[in-house]
Amino acid sequence: MSKHTISDKSDISIVLCGAAGQGIQTVEQFLTHILHEAGYYVAALKEYMSRVRGGTNSTEIRISSDKVKAYVDRIDIFIPFNKTAISRQRKRITKDTLIIGEPENILHELDAKEYNIVEISWTKIAEEIGHRIYSNTIAAGVITKLFNIDDKLGKKYLRDRFANKSDEIVKKNIEAFLKGNEIANEIAKSKGIEIKIKPKKKTEKEIMVNGADIVGMGAIAGGCNFICSYPMSPSTGVLNFLAKHSADFDILVEQAEDEIAAINAGLGAAYAGARAMVTTSGGGFALMSEGISLSGMIETPIVIHIAQRPGPATGLPTRTEQGDLELALYSGHGDFPRIILAPGKLKDAFYITQEAFNLAEKFQVPVIILTDQFFVDLYYNIPSLDLSNVSIDKHIIKTEEGYQRYKLTKNGISPRGIPGFGDGLVRADSDEHDEDGFITEDLDNTRVKMVEKRLKKLEEVKKSVIPPDLIGGKDYETLVIGWGSTCNAITEALTSLGDKSISFLHFKQVYPLHEKTKEYLEKAKNLIIVENNVTSQFGKLIKLYTGLEIENKILKFTGMPFSVEELTEKIKKAVEDKK
Amino acid sequence: MSKKTNRFDMGDIDISWCPGCGDYQILTTLQETLVELDIQPKDLVMVSGIGQAAKIPQYLKCNYFNGLHGRSLPPAWAIKAANPNLVVIAESGDGCSYGEGGNHFIHTVRRNPDITNIVHNNMIYGLTKGQASPTSRIGMKTGVQVEGVILDPFNPLTIAIGLDASFVARTYAGDTKHMKEMMKQAIQHKGYALLDILQPCVSFNKLNTYQWFKERVYYLEESHDPTDRFEALRRASEVEKFPLGIFYVKDKPTFLEKHDLYQKSSEPLYIRERDLKKFAKKFL
Repeated sequence: MSKHTISDKSDISIVLCGAAGQGIQTVEQFLTHILHEAGYYVAALKEYMSRVRGGTNSTEIRISSDKVKAYVDRIDIFIPFNKTAISRQRKRITKDTLIIGEPENILHELDAKEYNIVEISWTKIAEEIGHRIYSNTIAAGVITKLFNIDDKLGKKYLRDRFANKSDEIVKKNIEAFLKGNEIANEIAKSKGIEIKIKPKKKTEKEIMVNGADIVGMGAIAGGCNFICSYPMSPSTGVLNFLAKHSADFDILVEQAEDEIAAINAGLGAAYAGARAMVTTSGGGFALMSEGISLSGMIETPIVIHIAQRPGPATGLPTRTEQGDLELALYSGHGDFPRIILAPGKLKDAFYITQEAFNLAEKFQVPVIILTDQFFVDLYYNIPSLDLSNVSIDKHIIKTEEGYQRYKLTKNGISPRGIPGFGDGLVRADSDEHDEDGFITEDLDNTRVKMVEKRLKKLEEVKKSVIPPDLIGGKDYETLVIGWGSTCNAITEALTSLGDKSISFLHFKQVYPLHEKTKEYLEKAKNLIIVENNVTSQFGKLIKLYTGLEIENKILKFTGMPFSVEELTEKIKKAVEDKK
Repeated sequence: MSKKTNRFDMGDIDISWCPGCGDYQILTTLQETLVELDIQPKDLVMVSGIGQAAKIPQYLKCNYFNGLHGRSLPPAWAIKAANPNLVVIAESGDGCSYGEGGNHFIHTVRRNPDITNIVHNNMIYGLTKGQASPTSRIGMKTGVQVEGVILDPFNPLTIAIGLDASFVARTYAGDTKHMKEMMKQAIQHKGYALLDILQPCVSFNKLNTYQWFKERVYYLEESHDPTDRFEALRRASEVEKFPLGIFYVKDKPTFLEKHDLYQKSSEPLYIRERDLKKFAKKFL
């Protein structure tokens, strides 16, 4: 018996595919938990249809002894849960893919002689145990055993998970799990599978998080105590997270009647001293536009999280894109400063969101955090967070009589008072106003001074821009540029290319640009920009502020994230074309 | 003059309302009411949208949040939620409150924050110079509604009562005594209080004049039971005449009484410290 190719892989990609409500999530949660407990690096990446039931959704789980966090096309183990699963993922299934599942979900699409198929009638086995519901636990039992994971972990997980259910349910699940283990032993034997990925050494404490939760954690550590939002995919996870922990951290969470109410409530709360946030997606943010402008005018801090999805209009509600950078950049009428951040790694999202609250307070400006569907649903283990440099900077002063909310200062930042704290009166006005906050039509003097005052703050903001990360050597010939959620895929693509002349510059603050941006770009002979949108919105922004045109663009706008393979190939081709 | 001694009075300022506008009576009456209720300027936040009525915070010595058109209510409840020690009054015109801000009106009633919502209802758009408002009567001709208004007028009182609002009243700018009594009751009421003030616009509304209102307003009888929702609805539905007074009162928990944030502590949000040690314990 020859060895299955899977045996030599250093990382393995498992794809679970089926209809919404069929249990993909149950298996995914089981596997990611157990594999993480067993000491592997685990990353889960989701794609799903905009429907509550049915359709065909999938989750990719990557398992490795090294850090893997990006989407790959390759499927090593495929588990179809319904009849359409294979056709939906057909392009990704090769003769090396090990396909495990009910024959009726496989054989109408693939020839058993040509493909690597393991037929298991989970449902029948589950029914023998007691109920078809146990088929998910059997599947999880198969996978964990293929990785030779001690069954103690699985048993413990099931006991904890069904702790508040009857002993019978726990017992049946464990029986199903062990049955899965048994089946795995048979598969390993018959297919010659011997997975060699070794668990990594556990040297540091780790946490398993997804993008939505880590943004929520950043908000809590940033002192956020007010969130008002309207549910919108894919941004709602952040609202859920803060709601879940609101009692523990004194956070006022309120679902607004619409996004306009959400941002205006956020600004009201911030005016009265709260650290406020809203979370939304492109369409909801479009409704918030006037509120963004209000934040600029009344100089009231607010943090806005936008989880991007493909537009225009309703677009693809559950898919991913980086198409709202220009919306974030230009939303709101009139001129006023703003800050736009875009985390690439889950860990970054914590520190960036935490800092967003400090930046908003310090400069009294709107701060926008751009993520996307791929990012908020991305799930992997990260080293425990270091809080030693994390602080919640408050910039609120106690007012005195005669207090002027918009007092002209050298750097444009007026000491910010709030109503009810001190003897002063705090007047915020969306009309052009004087230093006291009274409406003015003194055009030549007050209007000009107030416009200049607000814009001076941008100069201050520029002094504390988060620098881009240079990944790779300093002496590069080719520089790949990316921002936000493409970070992990570009990094892994360059690792697999192994070409020392290529480096990667990742921006987690996209506006204003860091002062060194031009210098970094000018050093390269060859520039390539990678963006998950159709017009290279960040490329345009770079051109606007540096004058440099990046001609070589790798763009994707299918609604799916970049895979490591396609980036590897496209970057390789772009470099070769230049030579 | 007693006006000079009012601590909310701004003194000699440039006011952009037309001479004879009902807004003046509303302003003076509000200032007197606030003094009589022993409210201090630094404890008061006036929240408004945009329009002539929405300029009122500018003419009153107090904290204010003069936000966007139609959007006075979301910041108003949020300010109260961030600091419950503040007295919050959201005040704007009929276009701002019932047109542009209609959705917020509906949902703020449902939310029941402890704020007062005063609406200057002059049945016309003043600042944009004379178009129909949601409360304009059918047939009123304007530069836009050249053949006359064809939409049924919006009745804020029946909507609010229909939503089981906790306080619904109407007064008339031409009767400052009644107006003061209504303002007092509305501000003292615990929960969301709507006070709709009928107010003539002397520049643009040639239909709903002082004389017109004078002929149509009358007072709800003392025997009116404001806890009787269906009777309140019936009286608020009158269209030929305008009963004035408190139509409906419902004693119910406020937004913050329902939110658990203020059950263990009454401290405003800005005073509360985030415990990062607790964060580490919980998540790391």
